[in-house]
Amino acid sequence: MNFTNSMELLAFHETAYTIYALMIISVIAWFGYNLTRKEAKSVVRIPFYWYMAFLVAGGVGHHIFTYNAIPWVSQDISREHITPDAKYQFEIKDHKWINLPKKITIQCGQTIEFDVRSHDLVYGFGLFRQDGTLVTQMQVNPGTDVNGILDSNDMLWTFHHNGVFDLTSTEYSGPDQYDENGRDLMFVPKLVEVVGCKDGGQK
Amino acid sequence: MINTLINGTNFDHKSLNALQKVTLRAVVMSFLFYGLVAIEGMIMRMVQVGPSNPLPEMFSHPDHYFSIMTVHPIVGIFGSTYQLVFAAFMFLVPFLTKKPLYSIKLANAVWLLITIGTALAWIAAFVWQYAPLYTLYWPLPADTTQFSAIGGIVFIVGVALIMVGTLGFIYNIYATIFQKVGVHANKTTKELLISGFGIDGMLNLWYKLTGRQPYSKEPALALPVVAIFRGTVDTFLDAIVILSAGVLVLVYLIFDASGSALDVTAIDALLYKNYFWWGLDLVADGLVLIYVAGSWYLLATLITGQKLFMENVARAALMLELLVSWMVWSHHLLADQGQPEMMKLISGEMVTAFELLTQGLALFITLVTLWKARPLKMTMELKYLLGGLIGFGLAVPAAIIQADMGMNRVLHNTQWIIMAHVHIALIVGLYMTLYSALYVLWPIVTNNTKMWSSKLSNVHFWLYLIGGVGMGAFGGMAGLDGMLRRHLYVNGEFNTLMILAAICGTMVLIAWAIFLFNIVMSVGIKGLIGIFLPAEDPTASYGIEPETVAQNHKVEEKA
Repeated sequence: MNFTNSMELLAFHETAYTIYALMIISVIAWFGYNLTRKEAKSVVRIPFYWYMAFLVAGGVGHHIFTYNAIPWVSQDISREHITPDAKYQFEIKDHKWINLPKKITIQCGQTIEFDVRSHDLVYGFGLFRQDGTLVTQMQVNPGTDVNGILDSNDMLWTFHHNGVFDLTSTEYSGPDQYDENGRDLMFVPKLVEVVGCKDGGQK
Repeated sequence: MINTLINGTNFDHKSLNALQKVTLRAVVMSFLFYGLVAIEGMIMRMVQVGPSNPLPEMFSHPDHYFSIMTVHPIVGIFGSTYQLVFAAFMFLVPFLTKKPLYSIKLANAVWLLITIGTALAWIAAFVWQYAPLYTLYWPLPADTTQFSAIGGIVFIVGVALIMVGTLGFIYNIYATIFQKVGVHANKTTKELLISGFGIDGMLNLWYKLTGRQPYSKEPALALPVVAIFRGTVDTFLDAIVILSAGVLVLVYLIFDASGSALDVTAIDALLYKNYFWWGLDLVADGLVLIYVAGSWYLLATLITGQKLFMENVARAALMLELLVSWMVWSHHLLADQGQPEMMKLISGEMVTAFELLTQGLALFITLVTLWKARPLKMTMELKYLLGGLIGFGLAVPAAIIQADMGMNRVLHNTQWIIMAHVHIALIVGLYMTLYSALYVLWPIVTNNTKMWSSKLSNVHFWLYLIGGVGMGAFGGMAGLDGMLRRHLYVNGEFNTLMILAAICGTMVLIAWAIFLFNIVMSVGIKGLIGIFLPAEDPTASYGIEPETVAQNHKVEEKA
């Protein structure tokens, strides 16, 4: 199994967790019912060490699974050794994006580096599909080095599906992010467009 | 009915001793704050429904909305949960160790300090709309271009009072445990420390493996007291971190108010985040999990009247949980690109995954203890205990899923973590465990006061369970759909799921009102007022011999 974008991952996750949630509720409910019955017998006997092994396998196996199935994990860990196809650097100050391109067009399969720097507060950088689902995100921490150069907050992302994505800050930075009617002032509609992919994703 | 409302069922506040009264005072304040936090939560849920919500427009204004979001966890975690947990433990430690509480005066100071501190923090948000959220990400709490410095000072003083009250609780607990009276008259501090840290449990396991006699057949401290002892270590560390972060913010705000503002860039935002999350995470992944495990063990043994299954393993696991809780904070920083990758991998992912093991172990031990004692009567305390197990059974894996570098990219800061994890863990997992404890302790703390209506207790249970799980589930689904947790949505962007979450939230609110009504009808308004009147009986213990009480009075006089 390999997820080419976050949409597929979210759909898989929703199904898997829903099944788990229904299962754990049913197990405890069944357990509670049988606690009141003298004649109740165990349907299955789970040896303690097998149960512990299951938990360890679940906890560790989850990360092994995602490392292999989600491409951006290994990419993130080794991003300093990867040369991106394009790089976009911009800044944030007083809840405003600075040096933000009017539009970013990305060809299918390109790996893009986003480098966002904050002058003042902790912000977030998040790309969203038109249906509101999250494509990717990172935190944007403020800070400078000894020469006064703003600290970098960079991430790589490879786009495998066509789409038009909005941008906004994913971290709360005070009520000044909004006007008095609650409109998000950091929201940039349709900033990113990915083109050139087939219907099912990939080139 | 009116007579019952005024006088209660058979509650007599004059029959309560000092320990019982101080416990009930904190419980009353806790549930009042719970009502406040539930109303705040419902306001936010309704705003998220969109323009069709019936609330006045002011609630949708960012200043107002985020000030509610700032105090919501302060009131919920500290004003309500801390109060209830501290009250229960300041009663349980003397009860289980058969020793008097070290100081009733200090116990009174604890609930008063937390109540006043919570009220101050709430006032700061209400009057000055100070809204840096509970995360206090640097330099937002010191940003006086957005917030009033006076509001910030009042808020920080409020939080500081809560932490001072917390330190008072910690002192009272440890002073009680280390008192050399009663059954511990001949115990050394070393013996109590070894038992408190669960080392005796580990040694018992080791001795068994090596074919020797147990290190300790009768541990100095009962297992629930060990959990309280252990969890309180994290409570202390957490209080120190929050208090010191508060002092930092306070210094900046005072300098700003005096006209000579300090440079906020002197503090590294990421380093501060690490420090603050290390401390804050000790609440979520430290004391809550350890206290809850201890509470499950206590409840399982009290409900069944039998010894806990695998007690030595449980003792040893509590020690492991303590170490795990100190090393997991990086799972909050998986989206921070400046955070070293090794810290993300080891602390954020691998060690965090151990919580599945420690909490899974507590669940297993509790279930087997109950199973071995069947048939059991399905009492209110057993129902709530099972509800609590469901809560953590749902909430812990929800968090483990997100504590992953792959998943975090799409789940960080969304409604997933705050609803499917935090709210289910607190509302369903923690509170249902606490309700179970309340039903177990109710006859002891109130001298066998009859609960007014068992039907209402059942209605409360089902409304609360379904509402709590439903709200968390629908909110979590919205998170999967991209809804952020610290964001203002005023156009009904996630309308359907938010309506469903609001309906379930209303069930939780109604459940609280029903529970409160049942309690008021049981103790009566006179009784409720009487709880806050001085106790005629100064006894600081429950169910122990008078000579031990006298011995304690001598210790107090010496002190």
